[in-house]
Amino acid sequence: MTAPDIPLNAAAFRRVLVAFIADEVRKVGSARVVLGLSGGVDSSLAAFLAAEALGPANVLGIRMPYRTSSPESLAHAAEVAAATGIATLTIAITDQIDAYFAGFPDASPHRRGNKMARERMTILYDHSARWEALVLGTSNKTELLLGYGTLHGDMASALNPIGDLYKTQIWALAEAVGVPAAIVAKEPSADLWEGQTDERELGFGYREVDRLLYLMVDERWSRDEVEAAGFAPAFVERVQRIVQRSQFKRRLPIIAKVSTRTIDRDFRYARDWGC
Amino acid sequence: MAKAFTLGVAQIGPRLGDVEANLALYERSLREAKAQGIDLLVFPELSLTGYFLKDMVSTVALAADAPAMARLRALSRETVAFVAGLVEETPEYRFYNSAMLIDGGEVRHVHRKVYPPTYGLFDELRYLARGVRLEAFDGRFGRMALLLCEDMWHPSSAYIAAMDGALTVVVPSASPIQGLTAGELPENADYWQRLNRVTAETYGMFVAYANRVGFEDGIGFWGGSEIIAPDGAVLARARYYEADLIAAAIDPAAARRKRISAPMIRDENLDVTINELTRIRGRELAGVVKDLRRRTLAALAAPEKPAARAKAPRRPDKVPRHSRKLAAGARKAAKGARAGAKAKAARRR
Repeated sequence: MTAPDIPLNAAAFRRVLVAFIADEVRKVGSARVVLGLSGGVDSSLAAFLAAEALGPANVLGIRMPYRTSSPESLAHAAEVAAATGIATLTIAITDQIDAYFAGFPDASPHRRGNKMARERMTILYDHSARWEALVLGTSNKTELLLGYGTLHGDMASALNPIGDLYKTQIWALAEAVGVPAAIVAKEPSADLWEGQTDERELGFGYREVDRLLYLMVDERWSRDEVEAAGFAPAFVERVQRIVQRSQFKRRLPIIAKVSTRTIDRDFRYARDWGC
Repeated sequence: MAKAFTLGVAQIGPRLGDVEANLALYERSLREAKAQGIDLLVFPELSLTGYFLKDMVSTVALAADAPAMARLRALSRETVAFVAGLVEETPEYRFYNSAMLIDGGEVRHVHRKVYPPTYGLFDELRYLARGVRLEAFDGRFGRMALLLCEDMWHPSSAYIAAMDGALTVVVPSASPIQGLTAGELPENADYWQRLNRVTAETYGMFVAYANRVGFEDGIGFWGGSEIIAPDGAVLARARYYEADLIAAAIDPAAARRKRISAPMIRDENLDVTINELTRIRGRELAGVVKDLRRRTLAALAAPEKPAARAKAPRRPDKVPRHSRKLAAGARKAAKGARAGAKAKAARRR
């Protein structure tokens, strides 16, 4: 693994993110979290952090394969469970997905992928209720900014410890906390259909887009400045459009204002209000 | 010379919006401080209420006659003197982010935050009023000043406190974790440590920085409260990210020694500062006046022409019938209103 492109002090990040999970989970009177364990680096890192914050007995990782899911994903999820000591469950989603799409046989892979992501979400929330646990989110900052996730699917959670970390930072931190090397090294994939990879679908690499997003979002560089730094104008334009067009995925639904106090407009409270 | 005393900092993690729970935290820290022989205990900014209050400001605010204020005054009699961080409600129903020195059952000094930050993740001026006084005060802990968090990021604040004779500057704070990158600490924490140290050394003062810990809506506070001597030495520093209680002796002799070897305060020329600031303010005011004058003259020279009358649509039949009716009604109403106004004017005459 080469040095991360975006600066990251792994020990400091680990300490803050572990403290975040412990504080925000216990504050609402819970002690446990449940998360989807895909075998990828994001959910693996989240599982390691949660196990450290709450103790492995308080973390449930659920594997939810579809019949086309890669066997390697299942094996990697099992490795994470073994390394962290967290409990796991395996609940296949093949039957319900196939039953639904029997009525829509020509549905696109896109529709099928979204449906699977939302099916997994309903399972996580059901186990959240069953186990009095919070759903731990595993979306990273890169995919949140690019809108590369399913709204109300994998983007749904109660709290997310890694949503402010770019993918390249996830790799560095995952390596530092002991996520198995094969998981850190493999090519990222949503595993919604065979042979799918994030970078092929997006059309650019994480290292490249992370550096651009970091400069534009975190460091507030202007378009002129990033182009002068060597980013191709067409690439900059494309990424900026993607970020803008996916803004709706990062917000609550808009509400037609009629009263004097409308939720999230002039009725403003922290989410921790009720704790 | 003023007497030496022991100053402590209670680095706590308050519960957002829960004054009762935070009063219990205060009480526990104060009893511990008393047991440790601390004379003055400093609590973080808004630690009686939590920080990201938003619309909760008015529900957690304390007026002078609030039961929680009576409880705080009683605690200062039962335990030790302390600096509380809370939302103060005035008789005019203004809400301030305030720090109060409470000692022997009385509120001895109130500082209202002069620079409530309203940018980035901060939104204080949306909910809180702006303080306008910045002054040192005397008491049994010598002459000191209270500054609240962002106040300290304006160099003029510590300068004023120093020129007003403060030997100790107490800074309750709620500094969030921001800009965690390659360092062990967030970038703003690194800056705070440099700022506290430079302030102490520049003015030969003690700086007591009281930060909080815990999370509010995912935003963490990094702790690291510290007490800095006039020579820049870190007398005590609290743990990062975790609750803690620290203490150090505040011995004016240390300020005396520093001010003998580096008499910047003595040599400071208030006249130069005030004259130059007055000149700068004059320049800014002159700029405003000049701009107003220019715009007024421009308006007089070229009176605004009435906008060219829009031509009537060529094909009024395109306007739906009910719209035409409405338009006719509106014209009639306007005519009526004009007539009414004329009549009123006539009556006034």
